Amino acid sequence: MSARLRVLLVTILWLTAGAALAAAPDFPALTGRVVDEAGLLSTPTETELAAQLAAHEQSTSNQIVVVTLKSLRGYEISDYGVLLGRHWGIGQKGKNNGALLIVAPTERKMRIEAGYGLEGLLTEAVSRDIIERVIKPPFRQQNYEQGIRAGVGAVLAVLNGEQTVLPPPVTAIGGDHDYGYLFFLFFLAPLLANFGRTRAGKQPSAGSRLGVATVFGAAAGAVFWFFAQVVLLALVVGFVVFVIALLARGQLGGDGGHYGGGSGGGWSGGDSGGFSGGGGSFGGGGASGDW
Amino acid sequence: MHQSLPLISTHHLAKPLLILIAVLGLSGCGINNIPTYDEAAKAAWSQVENQYQRRADLIPNLVETVKGFAKQEKEVLVQVVEARAKATQMTVPKDIINNPQAFKQFQQNQDALSSALARLMVVVEKYPDLKSNQNFLALQSQLEGTENRISVARRDYIETVQKYNTELRTIPGRWWASLMYSDARVKENFTAPPESRKNPQVRF
Repeated sequence: MSARLRVLLVTILWLTAGAALAAAPDFPALTGRVVDEAGLLSTPTETELAAQLAAHEQSTSNQIVVVTLKSLRGYEISDYGVLLGRHWGIGQKGKNNGALLIVAPTERKMRIEAGYGLEGLLTEAVSRDIIERVIKPPFRQQNYEQGIRAGVGAVLAVLNGEQTVLPPPVTAIGGDHDYGYLFFLFFLAPLLANFGRTRAGKQPSAGSRLGVATVFGAAAGAVFWFFAQVVLLALVVGFVVFVIALLARGQLGGDGGHYGGGSGGGWSGGDSGGFSGGGGSFGGGGASGDW
Repeated sequence: MHQSLPLISTHHLAKPLLILIAVLGLSGCGINNIPTYDEAAKAAWSQVENQYQRRADLIPNLVETVKGFAKQEKEVLVQVVEARAKATQMTVPKDIINNPQAFKQFQQNQDALSSALARLMVVVEKYPDLKSNQNFLALQSQLEGTENRISVARRDYIETVQKYNTELRTIPGRWWASLMYSDARVKENFTAPPESRKNPQVRF
């Protein structure tokens, strides 16, 4: 191996290692809307709560997750809550409308962690109220199941606007910013596809048109795959760009034209059995308590 | 003379392909990293400033409420009011994250306010009436929550600035900086965690 090659390899290794080294605590797996790591809930209660939370997401798109922890892994519950919420990505992307109800019986701590988008409803004062007045009394009598059930009920009531009169929800902070390249592709494809034609100054044959469109479709798909790492979407994007390129070569006359951008499509935390976070983020909203 | 075109004409392909490869290659090797991380750091900073502002906004109400129950704690209350005044009167320059003096000043003011507030929260423990007042409890939870959000915002800021500064100082980014972003400078970061991140909890 030449010296130069070795330097290059070491640099690449070093650069990729940096990303992996960011310290993260150990998180329980997101097995559903109720993650009972500490084993405080009976199976029927777990099922019932999960169904309640799923129904709430159906109607409001808010993602609420109940989690009991064996231990806080040496973290403050407020720190661990934010990290866990972000790690799981609870809440819809862009709306950040997720919340966690965290119970750590070992440390006797609990917390309502509100995502950015729910901070206006599940305010600190309201969260504290739920913790102090709804969850804490049963917890003091070791009645965890009842406390959690009542806490979930109160959280949902607040979010449905049933329980308290509160200011309207704050608009979600931190919007989408990673679809820029999609637009870029849609914009670029027809433009590029037009290049060859204008130079030659004559209509290309159907065969070459098809060929160029194929190449662009494939390239767009590859670029998308490279950035987004989602194979199925990459295929869709590739196909859309293929169609656009095909049409563009047929009709674009040097200026504008129309780019039929495929609409965003549903991105919700799909609910076919498995549950996953929608990509929401957290900023430390909510309140903590103990018992 | 009619010329039969091959199925994929290389003549038509060469130029767009070259452009595509160039675009791919450039974005792959981080030409956009410095401006991207720069924006991320700015966004993270505005979140820090927001949360500090939110805390400052809570204080007048808090002070009023405490006054109603604990007039004799004048000294602590005055300290809080003064620290708040100092923190809010500072005109935060737009380029604060690239301005070491202003950044340091900002941090000092906010830390002074943090410790004044922490003292106040210790003092109020002596007043059971105050501690059971609903208004006070709501304010206290908001203050605790804000301190928590501040720490989250600070942590996010520290991370983004670390990323930005590392990019600026390590190899591919360093080349791009000297080539294209000659005005990019290493940004200021928080030096130490604030001394009283959590409100002190006194137990009996």
